[in-house]
Amino acid sequence: MRRKIILALGVVALPLLLRNLYVIMFLVPDEMEQGPIYRIFYYHLPAFFTAALCYLTALVASVLYLAKKDQKYDAIAVSATETGLAFAAVNLITGMIWGRISWGIWWAWDPRLTWALICWLVYFGYLMLRSAIDDPTERAKNSAVLSIFASASVAVTWKAIEWWRTQHPGPVLSIRTGGVQKIDPAMEQMLYVNTVALLLLGLIFVLVRLRQEEVQREIDALRRYAHAMN
Amino acid sequence: MTTLRHAATIAAKDLRSEFRTKESINSTLSFSVVILLLFSFAFDPSPDMIAEFGGGLLWMVFAFAGALIVNRSFARELPNDCIDVLVSSPASGAALFLGKAVAAFVLLFGIECVCLPVFGVFYNITWWRSIGGLLGVLALGTWALACAGTFFSALTVNLRLRELMLPMLLYPMLIPALLSVMMLTNTLLTGQAIPDDFTVWLRLLIGFNVMFTTLSVYLAETVLVR
Repeated sequence: MRRKIILALGVVALPLLLRNLYVIMFLVPDEMEQGPIYRIFYYHLPAFFTAALCYLTALVASVLYLAKKDQKYDAIAVSATETGLAFAAVNLITGMIWGRISWGIWWAWDPRLTWALICWLVYFGYLMLRSAIDDPTERAKNSAVLSIFASASVAVTWKAIEWWRTQHPGPVLSIRTGGVQKIDPAMEQMLYVNTVALLLLGLIFVLVRLRQEEVQREIDALRRYAHAMN
Repeated sequence: MTTLRHAATIAAKDLRSEFRTKESINSTLSFSVVILLLFSFAFDPSPDMIAEFGGGLLWMVFAFAGALIVNRSFARELPNDCIDVLVSSPASGAALFLGKAVAAFVLLFGIECVCLPVFGVFYNITWWRSIGGLLGVLALGTWALACAGTFFSALTVNLRLRELMLPMLLYPMLIPALLSVMMLTNTLLTGQAIPDDFTVWLRLLIGFNVMFTTLSVYLAETVLVR
């Protein structure tokens, strides 16, 4: 059943991603001040939204694991965190490319950029912690606790573009500026459409990774059983 | 009330044990002085440079020293399975965590109070101009380090690479507090005029402490009970 859902999501996501790529590259006009490089914004921001949603999913799954002690929630948490890290990396890399063209430097120790990097490092620590614990129950418990703490860094990253007025551009979406239109409505609409496409892609990644995690756990259980029988 | 009484007992036990052996105090203190010395070799510390990043320099030393102190918090209970006895004692996980955090705070704050004059001598700083505010900021920053460090020490105590994992998890998580305390210390240490964003950093540091202490006390039982 899940395989069919993944395939169905893929059938929707792939044409949407290709169509968006075509529209972004060939149909939308250049931005007045930034020129063609602004197009990277259609991937930079949706990648952050997808990563934030993945981290939120990991937080909910971690809390549920601590409440119910069911390993399936731990599997959801790790799948969502890994996917979130991949999208957060896309967010950071696209931001760096934009910075190189617009500011002339790959990286600035700007609070907003720094928070995004801290957030990435904190979740990378989550994966490192998992790899250092052998016992599945202990691993799930400690990872869930760390995920709860790590979610605080996501909240700060989310608010960072409002709290600190620095080099990084401020909020431009009307949903975050209280309805004030700071970019062309057509550009904003395209951004939402691409956000949907990346969210679908993120969901596919989480489901595939979840299947891998479940298979891995079955193999581990069988291995332990075989070991006990001998 | 019982939790606080148990926490005080645990803190007193940890401090008594540390003062008898002086294991962490001696090594951390000498390590801090060595790092202060090494920084002076890395660059030529002119008064302008010190005014610009003296606070950051000082807190880098305290952050390294803090990792040494908190690493021992739960690790000292591993021999003879003392940690299992503590967990199965009537003291709750929250009391155990608070007691250990308070002990780490006292040790670290003491080391900072020794390092501060040494830093003043090495880098030619009249650090006592805002002594009250400076000690307050040091206390807030030290609690952030002790609280978060003790919690992550509990989280990593049974890991294979404990000494490596603790700083790896702790430092990224501590950055909001470290950033705030570095900014605040820098202002107070060098007697600069209080900037507009001083209260923003102070609120961030207090907010971090409140959030981390609450979450740690709430989750300590979950982490400690195996």
